[in-house]
Formats: sequence, C-alpha cells, structure tokens
Amino acid sequence: MTIYDTIVLRYGDLTMKGRNRGRFENRMLQQVRNVLRSFPETAYWKTYGRLYVKLNGAPCGPVVERLKQLFGLVSVSPVVSAKPELESIRAAALSLMQSLDRPPATFKMSVKRAWKSYPHSSQEMNHLVGAHILRAFPELKVDVRQPELELKVDIQEEAAYIFHEVIPAAGGFPFGSNGKAMLLLSGGIDSPVAGWMAMRKGLELEAVHFHSYPFTSEQAKDKVVALAQRLTYFSGTPMKLHLVPFTDIQTAIAQSNQEHLTITLMRRAMLRIAEKLADQSGAGGLVTGESLGQVASQTLGSMNVIGRAASLPLLKPLIMMDKNEIIHIAEKIGTYETSILPYEDCCTLFLPKSPSTNPNLRVVEKVESNIPDLDGMIERAVEGTERIVLSPGADARLQTGEEDDWF
Amino acid sequence: MIYFDHCASTPPYEEVAATMAEVMLRHYANPSSLHGEGAAAAKLIERARTQLARLTGTKEGSWRFTSGGTESNNLALKGAARQYRSRGSHIISTGIEHASVHEPLKQLEAEGFRVTRLPVGPSGHIDPDDVRAAMTKDTILVSVMHVNNEIGTVQPVREIGEMLKAYPKTLFHVDAVQSLGKLPIDIEGWGIDLLSGSAHKLRGPRGAGFLYVRDHVRLQPLASGGSQEGGVRAGTENVPAIVASAKAVRLAMEGMERRSAAMSGLAERLRRFIGGVPELRLNGGPPLAPHIVHFSYPGAKPEVFLHMLEERGIIASTKSACSSKEDKPSRVLLELGASPEHAAGGIRISFGEEHGEEHVAKLEEAILEAVSRLKSLERSPT
Repeated sequence: MTIYDTIVLRYGDLTMKGRNRGRFENRMLQQVRNVLRSFPETAYWKTYGRLYVKLNGAPCGPVVERLKQLFGLVSVSPVVSAKPELESIRAAALSLMQSLDRPPATFKMSVKRAWKSYPHSSQEMNHLVGAHILRAFPELKVDVRQPELELKVDIQEEAAYIFHEVIPAAGGFPFGSNGKAMLLLSGGIDSPVAGWMAMRKGLELEAVHFHSYPFTSEQAKDKVVALAQRLTYFSGTPMKLHLVPFTDIQTAIAQSNQEHLTITLMRRAMLRIAEKLADQSGAGGLVTGESLGQVASQTLGSMNVIGRAASLPLLKPLIMMDKNEIIHIAEKIGTYETSILPYEDCCTLFLPKSPSTNPNLRVVEKVESNIPDLDGMIERAVEGTERIVLSPGADARLQTGEEDDWF
Repeated sequence: MIYFDHCASTPPYEEVAATMAEVMLRHYANPSSLHGEGAAAAKLIERARTQLARLTGTKEGSWRFTSGGTESNNLALKGAARQYRSRGSHIISTGIEHASVHEPLKQLEAEGFRVTRLPVGPSGHIDPDDVRAAMTKDTILVSVMHVNNEIGTVQPVREIGEMLKAYPKTLFHVDAVQSLGKLPIDIEGWGIDLLSGSAHKLRGPRGAGFLYVRDHVRLQPLASGGSQEGGVRAGTENVPAIVASAKAVRLAMEGMERRSAAMSGLAERLRRFIGGVPELRLNGGPPLAPHIVHFSYPGAKPEVFLHMLEERGIIASTKSACSSKEDKPSRVLLELGASPEHAAGGIRISFGEEHGEEHVAKLEEAILEAVSRLKSLERSPT
C-alpha cells in the first residue's frame, strides 16, 4: 500500500540557465499538464527548479511511471508531505518506514533544510528523526557509508517532504524546445530509437517513410504507423507521418544495372525527398538511425557519398552506439516488439549481394545522371506523398472505419 | 423460463451475436496471411487486444486470446510452471479451485511439482497469512481464484497480491472467470501476473477466453505449430469470437457497478429468505460475489430439487456445471467442512442483469413448494 501523497519532479538547473529558462519551464509545464490530463484528480504547482504533483487519490505507481518518461525531467520522487514541525516530520518518516514491503537492515538520514528559519539544523534533525525511527525498529542499524536505504527529508517553508526513492527520469530537454526535424522512419529497430533520442533532446519530429507497394506490404506500412504512434506517447502531442511512394524510383535504380550502388543511390534519393519535405514543413534537420559500420551504407565512405545528397544537418543519434545498446533502448521505449515483425521494408528489398562500402562520388553522380527523369520522379514522389497525423490517445492503426460497430 | 444459471453460461448480447455473424462472413481470411485481407483480420485482433487492455487498465499487448477459461487456466498454470521450473518446483493454490485449475495442478504434481492446497475456513475463504506461511524459497507460482464458481465467495486476491510483491520470483495467477465484469480488479496494481477470463460468462460468445500475461512473463505453449498470440498459442485465431468477446467485455465493464449493485440487492433478498427456511442452509460467508447464492437442503438429492424448480420454469444448477455430472458430494463444500450429506445437496442460483424482484419472488415461491414436497417425503425418525 502506498502512503505517498505527492510526487516531486526535478528538472535540474544545468539546462535551465539564462533566457531559455522561462521558455523551458513553460514547455515542461505543458508536458506535465498533458500527461496529468489522464489523472484528473491530480493538481500541480511549480517552485524554483521543481514541480510538485499532488495525487489527491490518483494511483501513485502509474502517475510516476508516466511522468518519468517525460523529456526534460532528471528525476522523480514519490514523497509523504508533512507539516514542517518536528513531531509531524517524525510521524511521517516513521509511517513511511512502516509502509515498506521489506524493511532495510541499515539506513541513513539525510535532512535538508531549505527553509532556514526552521528551528533545528539539518544535523540536529538527522539525529532527532533518526533516533525516532531506531526506537521503532530495534533491528535497524545506521550506516552512513553504504546504507540500504537513505531516508530523506526536505524541509521547505510550506511543508516537509519525506522520501527515499530518487527515480531517474528520461532526462534531456522538454519536448519541442529545440526546434523541429524530419525523422527517416524505416520500420526497423534503429530509426524509432533515433527518433526517441532526438525527441529527448527537445526536437519536435515529423516522420517520413518510403514504401514500394507491391514490393512491400500493407503490413510494413502498418508497422511504421504503429512505431510513429508509439513515439507520440513520449511527446504527448500529435505527429505527422509522411508516406512517400518510392516504387518508381526504386525500380529505376534497380534497372540502372549498378547493383553494388543500389543502396547508395536509394539512400541519396531518400535524403533528397526527405529534405524537400523538411523544407515544406519548416524542419531544420534530418534524423536517421544510422550507426557507424552497421551495414554497407553506414560505413564512413558510404555516409560521405550519401550525405552529400542533402544540405540540411544530418542528425545521427545512434552513430557511435552498439547494436545491443540500441536494442536495449528499443525494448525500454516499447518499439522493439513492433520493429522485429517480419515484414520487408524497401531497404531490405533489392539488397545487392555485395553492396559497395566505399562508393565513388563521381561514379554515383554519373549513374544518377543516366537514370532517366530522376529529378522528375523525385518531384512526383514528393507530390504523391500521403500524410497522416497520429495522435497519442487515438490509435490510428486500430481505426478500422465502418467496423467500429463491431467493437 | 427464468434462467438463474449465469455462472454456467450467460445469454449473449444481441450486439455480440451480430458482431460474430458479420465478422465471420466478412473476415474469413487467415490473420497470418500476407495479403491485405489477412492484414485486415489481424488488425481486428489487435484492436480487440488493445480494447481489452484499455478496459482493464493494463499494459497494451498484455492479453492473449484462448478458447475459453479452461484453456486460459491450463495455459497459465502449465505454461508458467514448466517455463520457470529451473527457479523452483513449488506451487501454492487453494482447495476450492475450479476443475480447470484443480486438474492441471494434479498433472503438474505427476510431473514432479509440489502443490500446497490451502484450506478455507467455514465461510469459504482462504487466509492471506496462510499463503505467506506456505511460501518457500522454491515457490514459483501462487494460483487463487477470485470468485468461487460454486458458492460465490470472494477470495482476498488483492491482499495476497500485495503480499507477494515482496517475492519477485513467484508468479501470481488469478482465475477471474467468475469475477471479470462483475467486480473491480486492478490487475497491475494488485501485482497479478496472470489472469484468466472467459467470454461466455459475461454474455460473450463460447469458445473465446483471454489470459492476461504480465510484461516479461514467459509461458511454455500447450500447443505448438505456429507463432500466433505471441508464440504461446499456435493455431489460426478465432477472429469473430475474439472481436465479439472484446465487445462483450466492453458492455460488461460499462455500468458494471450499477448492475452489480442491482444483483447484490436481489442476492441479499434471496439470502434473507433462505435464512428463514429452517430446512435450508446457506453456504459461504461474506464477502460474496454479487450474482451468486448457494444453499443446501441437507439429505435431499439436489437433482430432485432442481427438477422441482424446473417444473415451475426456473433454471438453476447444482454444483459447478463442469463437474455436475459426477455423482459425488461437492469438493468445495467438503472443503468448507460440510458433512458429505450436506455437501451433496447444493443448489446454486446465479443472477444476470435481466432479473428483477418479481423473478426472485417466483423463485422464492418455487423453493417453498419444493421444500414442502421434499419434507413430506422424509421418513419421520423412529
């Protein structure tokens, strides 16, 4: 049974200096407000560098679970609040200790007194509260070096907060505080993780996906819709997904008879299309899920030749990460299970037997100039792009239209 | 006819039957097929799964569709026990579980698992402290039913779940076949890892059940031969029944409180009435499910009582439908400490939302009549 009545949210002040502070704080508040909408009982207020959420009967676990995924928060703590008076603090500290599923063998008190007119010093309080706890738990011992549990008391003028958990939150910047970028979303494991990391750094995203029906299936597209949908969970705001018809370009590239350059040519065409879409939506960068050396198109040589097709900054959050680190994050953010569904996307189609790992820019440009009407096809792909908006609550993947009555 | 056998099966909602028929005719494609028709069918299953998660406040993707409550219980118990055998081989359950828990546990015993079956007190409840006392470092699974299918007692699953939070390697299974849609259940909040439900107990279609499987809990499949349902249940999905059961669960959850309160009122009235008939004995003490009243006429064959009610157009049942053809005293009543004579004479009345005071009044008349007919047949003691 939880006895917590309030949750403290910390957004660390390193990122909060200067003129940006107000803007960041407002973004943060907006995010918290979005999330708390599903818990109507709760109330919140902010103080310097912190936010407080009063539960008012809302379940503590789910609220913490949701809040700790918000970008821009460093940590969260469920706390018991008490009157800033010795007896109330002692009583609250004791009831917190008694509520634990398994009482610790050792502990340590850490009292902080932000309200300087409180009559006892932090040191005195450590003893006054600690002794009270020890009397009630005869087995318990103090260990200031490696305590099993650190019981913290934060004395503010309006209330004292008693807690022992400091749960790490997502970190980063509040969503949308660093501008907008276009995410190339393939349906694999990497690109949703890249998207999540970009969002964590305060980027608002639109996503672009290339499909090559009949070479790819409806399911491959559904998978991408599901992944984009999942990303909106973290931003709490709708996201636009651009679905680009890529069949003609892919067929033309395959017909150019440069098998080892297929991937290079394809990736360059994708970047050119993504850049045009980014220009249209006012996005200032392209985010990809590339990781150095992972596949032929992600060697330094390949990235050099591919990257030159675009002039916007290419943001590659995963570039120096190992595959297992990426998978770990994918599992954590809930995209892994969807990503590994076995549907071909257009990157795995037409996969050459020996793709070039070190393409020559001049040769690539020559081949491109020999593909009839490549620029025209790129224009038409941009024009033919279908856009859907995914909202965090409504699951677009599950909207089956006329079939609503069945449910 | 007045149908008082909702514990055995329920009259389906008309909307549910309509969904069954429409989906069956329209979406016959195999959900695993790669064409668009297959994808459309698969989408319906995922939508049903999401609906179930939202209605129960659980994580999306955590439900598996099965063929019914019996399969859900079998899959949960055998699937979990066999999967986590390397952690230990001890299982804790109760003496009053439904046959679909009772029998699989016997099978697991034959495979070398050790099963502790906790006794219930005379009111028909287990004590959470007994679960705690039975825990060993070898305990991998605790399985407790939420509402007993025969006498309607509500087991303290919330308290047990809270207690088990301190035992991270022990899984907690709840057979909620009789409680889903009748009583509130906070599956994740109470620390439940596996929870079984059945669609036809809440006015959904037969042949459709569901099993909640907490994130990261793995189960060994009972049937192999396909990767459907996250690899725990091979076989082409029953799309119409899955969609229709998602609808039935929604209808059951909407207005659950109001319906349960109404049924509780009727059950209370009936219990007061039976309490006033000296020949009859009520079984089970509070807390009781809102829709079940169980009583005995010690010494009388329950079938005779049942047939007398049926002559008056009233449908009731003896013990659990799944074991009612066995001519033995009720295992559950024996567990409560009833004499074999008393345990053989159980009658179960289970309500649905279509019942009102007038139906209970008719039932009361019929019970009185049956009692007086039976009484006149008793040999007076010499």
